[in-house]
Amino acid sequence: MQVPSHVEYERATGVEHALSLLSRPETRVVAGGHSLIPMMKLRLAQPELLVDINGLAELAFITLDGDQLRIGALARHADLLDSAVAGHHFPIFHDAERVVADPIVRLWGTVGGSLCQADPSEDLSAAFAATRATAVIRRLDGERTVPVREFHLGPYETVVGRGELLAEVRVPVRPGTGSAYEKVSRRVGDWSVAAAGAVLELAGPAERPLIVSAGIGLTAVGAEHFVAAQAEDFLRGRVADEESFAAAAAIAAEHCHPAADQRGPEDFKRHLVAELTARALRRAADRVTRPAADRVAR
Amino acid sequence: MTVNGTEYAREVEPRLLLIHFIRDELGLTGSHWGCDTSNCGSCVMWLDAKPVKSCTLLAAMADGGTVRTVEGLERDGVLDPVQQGFIECHGLQCGFCTSGMLMTARWLLDHHPDPDEAEIREAISGQLCRCTGYENIVRSIRWAAEHAADRAADRAAGETS
Repeated sequence: MQVPSHVEYERATGVEHALSLLSRPETRVVAGGHSLIPMMKLRLAQPELLVDINGLAELAFITLDGDQLRIGALARHADLLDSAVAGHHFPIFHDAERVVADPIVRLWGTVGGSLCQADPSEDLSAAFAATRATAVIRRLDGERTVPVREFHLGPYETVVGRGELLAEVRVPVRPGTGSAYEKVSRRVGDWSVAAAGAVLELAGPAERPLIVSAGIGLTAVGAEHFVAAQAEDFLRGRVADEESFAAAAAIAAEHCHPAADQRGPEDFKRHLVAELTARALRRAADRVTRPAADRVAR
Repeated sequence: MTVNGTEYAREVEPRLLLIHFIRDELGLTGSHWGCDTSNCGSCVMWLDAKPVKSCTLLAAMADGGTVRTVEGLERDGVLDPVQQGFIECHGLQCGFCTSGMLMTARWLLDHHPDPDEAEIREAISGQLCRCTGYENIVRSIRWAAEHAADRAADRAAGETS
């Protein structure tokens, strides 16, 4: 029988209350709990105090605010998957959420929890990295913002410190953008063997669109900060076509650091990175919403 | 905590899991404790109207909440259509996954009264049938979708007689 070790439990009544509780050492936030509690059962995590933030409704939102999509840390995976506004601007989130765990787990697991768990095989970290999102971290004396690309310090480690709480993630919305996420896993609900997310901002004529900027996130393959930076640099300014995508995909596969494990050997994972990156770029380009005049011209 | 309409108050350790609270403290053993890793879904019950793998939740997290277990499906001696469906279509063999499957099926039908086979398979994709009897589980849930009105009609008849 797997049971967590002795732990104290407090239910936060507000963000301030949560933050004051989180100033204690060896304290962990629990929301969905679907990563933390299994880790506590295995003694991979042994916090002395759990701060339950499930009652903090003010952190459970998904809203478009000017040119930002704001996602509260307590938004559940199912909320993001069901969000029309998120899916409209960032289909990458719907692609990714469809393959996060299973439908029951998605009802409880949270967006903030996924990012803070910092599991190298977790899907949303790469999706948010691809979108160049910003994490908003609250503390008692205010808040600070950190690019998601600097949020993770390593496996299971983030920049969120003692007395701090990830409150929301802000995703910049830009016109002329398309996005997609492609994952290969062994079975439904499993972690990625490998996955790739892409965000493309295109401009210029529809028959020969140019890449203004590219965001590529990689999951489970040892990419630094979940990003394929060299492939992004390569794509900037190029024509958005198969040739560019194939070359960028090869660069992404070359520069990641997958580890051989029960999900496959290194060369297989590199092969997946190349294939999935190309597919994600292709789909992202297909999804770019173009101005009406462009569409008529096509 | 309110479980199947009855209020319970117990002093428990924070580390007690919801599944053990329901089974060991309240004696409601219809919910099964399976893989202990939130993979198999045998322990699925509802908390505040949403299915949850109760081996992955602390009982304390459900404090003040409303829980519904498989024991709460039957009403006034009449089985829920999902329970009847599992009987009609032989949806269980060993029965270990059944209570979790029933709770997920009820939730699915409450939200999508007429799911197709693919939607049913997606809904139960986080649950394992150790007998691999998925075909009949899917048929059972379809049966329940097609006979959703039966129970309501039975109850209406019962009330007028």
